[in-house]
Amino acid sequence: MKMRLVFAALIAFALPAQAELPIQSVTSPGGLTAWLVEDHEIPFTALEIRMTGGTSLDPADQRGVVNLMTALIEEGAGDLDAQGFANARDDLAAQFSFGANTDSISISAKFLTENRDAAMDLLHLAMTEPRFDADAVERVRGQVLSNIRSNMKDPGSIAAQRFDRMAFGAHPYGGSGDGTEESVAALSRADIQAAFQNTITREHLFIAATGDITATELGLLLDKLLGDLPAKGWPLPKRAEWGLKGGVTVVDFPSPQSLIYFGHQGIKRDDKDFFAAYVLNEILGGGRFTARLMTEVRDKRGLTYGIGTFLAPMDHAEMMLGQFSSANGTTAEAIDLVKAEWARMLKDGVTDEELAATKTYLTGSYPLRFDGNGPIARILVGMQSEGLPIDYATRRNALIEAVTRDEILRVAKRLLKPEDLHFVVVGQPEGLGTTP
Amino acid sequence: MLRRLFTPLFLGVFASSAALAEKVTTFTLENGLEAVVIEDHRAPVAMQMLWYRVGAADEPAGKSGIAHFLEHLMFKGTETVAPGEFSVVVEAQGGDDNAFTHQDYTAYFQRVAADRLELMMKMEADRMRGLILSEDNVETERAVIVEERAQRSDSDPSSLFSEQRSAAQYLNHPYGIPIIGWKHEAEALTREDALSFYRTFYAPNNAILIVAGDVNPDAVKALAETYYGPIAPTPGLGPRLRPSEPPQLAERRLTMTDPRVAQPYVVRTYLAPERNAGDQKDAAALVILAELLGGSSTTSVLARALQFGDAPKAVYTTAFYDGLSYDHTEFGFYAVPVPDVSLADLEEAVDGVIAQFLKDGVDQEAFDRIKRQLRADDIYARDNLDRLARDYGTALTSGLTVTDVQAWPQVLQDVTPDAVMEAARNVLNRKTAVTGWLMREEDTTEGAKP
Repeated sequence: MKMRLVFAALIAFALPAQAELPIQSVTSPGGLTAWLVEDHEIPFTALEIRMTGGTSLDPADQRGVVNLMTALIEEGAGDLDAQGFANARDDLAAQFSFGANTDSISISAKFLTENRDAAMDLLHLAMTEPRFDADAVERVRGQVLSNIRSNMKDPGSIAAQRFDRMAFGAHPYGGSGDGTEESVAALSRADIQAAFQNTITREHLFIAATGDITATELGLLLDKLLGDLPAKGWPLPKRAEWGLKGGVTVVDFPSPQSLIYFGHQGIKRDDKDFFAAYVLNEILGGGRFTARLMTEVRDKRGLTYGIGTFLAPMDHAEMMLGQFSSANGTTAEAIDLVKAEWARMLKDGVTDEELAATKTYLTGSYPLRFDGNGPIARILVGMQSEGLPIDYATRRNALIEAVTRDEILRVAKRLLKPEDLHFVVVGQPEGLGTTP
Repeated sequence: MLRRLFTPLFLGVFASSAALAEKVTTFTLENGLEAVVIEDHRAPVAMQMLWYRVGAADEPAGKSGIAHFLEHLMFKGTETVAPGEFSVVVEAQGGDDNAFTHQDYTAYFQRVAADRLELMMKMEADRMRGLILSEDNVETERAVIVEERAQRSDSDPSSLFSEQRSAAQYLNHPYGIPIIGWKHEAEALTREDALSFYRTFYAPNNAILIVAGDVNPDAVKALAETYYGPIAPTPGLGPRLRPSEPPQLAERRLTMTDPRVAQPYVVRTYLAPERNAGDQKDAAALVILAELLGGSSTTSVLARALQFGDAPKAVYTTAFYDGLSYDHTEFGFYAVPVPDVSLADLEEAVDGVIAQFLKDGVDQEAFDRIKRQLRADDIYARDNLDRLARDYGTALTSGLTVTDVQAWPQVLQDVTPDAVMEAARNVLNRKTAVTGWLMREEDTTEGAKP
């Protein structure tokens, strides 16, 4: 499962009092809504589009079709073959990228103001008339298969895929959105065409733009770019039921070091306890040096180069996950430390000092996230797809500040389940076997 | 998540475009500290970077990894800052901090709200000379770098292979030694090794301060004078002289097998000239050569010849060149075969494509397109303050000046097709080349061995 890279940034979007970001809500003449931050200092625009669904929309017998389709959108459209399309795009010095994630397809574009209309015409061509030429399909299929084979030898991918399969079984979350060698080999051009017609739609569409463009210009642009997409696509998947019990799964892999991927169920993004859980996770296992796990496992004992945990509120399931690597001889000790930190948090919660320092960090690091047109556009699209209001940015710090020690202790008891933690260990750990 | 990094081996070929940063100011303190201020007032953010002109290639013989180990140890405290407290203070200000080590430099940085800059400068100046190391802290941190090496190199056959390839590329120059150190040497590094390296090289006359963001150059200068100004320079710090390469007379070929290899590939690197102060033309031609040969997976010379057509031989091809280096650098290509093609066949095909390119010359349309993209990249780069700051830091620790950095986009635009072909003929010299095949164990019988 390829998750959106939003965990760190997911919630830290608000702004300090001194830097209110002027976010406008723009409605196009045709009725599309986008969030816009105008900034005319540099003559280009970053446009970010997200369509909910992603690789979880794959039909059960066509695993990997959304991923392959997305990789093919730029490989020829209208009267341009793959090389013709790339040359046209490069002539305009425009940058497009198409990505398929577990819960969404994302489309990012950067274009110079002087080439705006031509760049958008070209992107429109790709989004409405991709050719899926036979030679392009085979070439890109070969690249996807190469990625799949690489992931099969990569400890991090092996661990995450094993974890997902045990946690979610036959639900799309239980398998890789890239598909398998067999499923990808079997995909036909008709399958790819159908995936295109049913995922690149206006049904669950979120749009943001930042940079050298006005609200009026953006509205007209969006109608031309997206107005003629299909209104509806495939239905979203059902909720993913959790099927993983606490324990250890060892996957043998020839390496001096084990990679450990661990977790249990998490908490929904719109849960009233989410902020308390977010602060709790930051103190327990946030990637920073001062987090408890980093202190205990790295700084005090030198058992790892880095360890972190994160909340993963997906659209159809929630997880709390973590990852680290350790020498085969010290993996068991490091796992015991993780469990002990889970238990300590559950029993004692956090200290006043930890809470105060973490709040200062989370609220103070706000403006650092809004560092450029591209990042801002991605943040604004993320906020919309999370269902957050347009003024969320100005209220978010207060929500962090409101979290108390008592609340964290209460949420710890609800969220942290040491007995439910499952550790997938890829390597040759000493003194550790699969349980139960 | 992970911190204290060393930079990856292959940087993108568009790795520098700082010239369009609108407001760049420089000054030098009496103790030799050079400073560059890059103004960008779009967000109330500031970044301080302190770059030392010392990296892995400046290590004493037998002490590989000491530059990187010292970088870790720089977080272990001074008289006024307890071990680990540096990051605590930065984070309590809502900031992020980190550090990285390369062959030619070691750099430390913090990103904070612009009004917190003074505290950052005070702390960074404090640890330039005031580091205190306990044996315990050194022992634990050495275990961390050994784990780091295990995670980044020993667990990854491609990284191990890359270490072997670099070692073969350089007959005498220390660029052949990995930044993180050979395992047996890194494991044996001591507190005294770190302190000796630190006392010599961490000094104002060996450092470059870069401050970028919502800042006023006069205010930055006043702060720098207050905090860095009183620090004494290291006397007698001479020019950076590393052991240099003898003429390379014999091509080198390597093969490595590892059961963890998922995707075999062939890689070749040639010794290449780097960007030099006042003399960046050859490097600029090589940047464009790398783009033409392997910059795009759809339209480059290698991609069109090997990834398209009825019987494509490669899943993926690329060419790479990074001119930012104090001494030599490398020009290279990399190709991944489709399942039924052997590495021998693929290598032969690549060489055929390159020979044909040397005969045919530059495609003018492709050449013009790359120039347009380089121009646009300068505009896009202005959106990324971190990258601008890094561009200056990397260039200045690689022997270039601010003038060179600002001239670079025009030097790129002035490259002619003839210059590209001349650069190609000079650099594609097999006597200076290392060719490597990385394979799974079961592939060892496939085709001829290199």
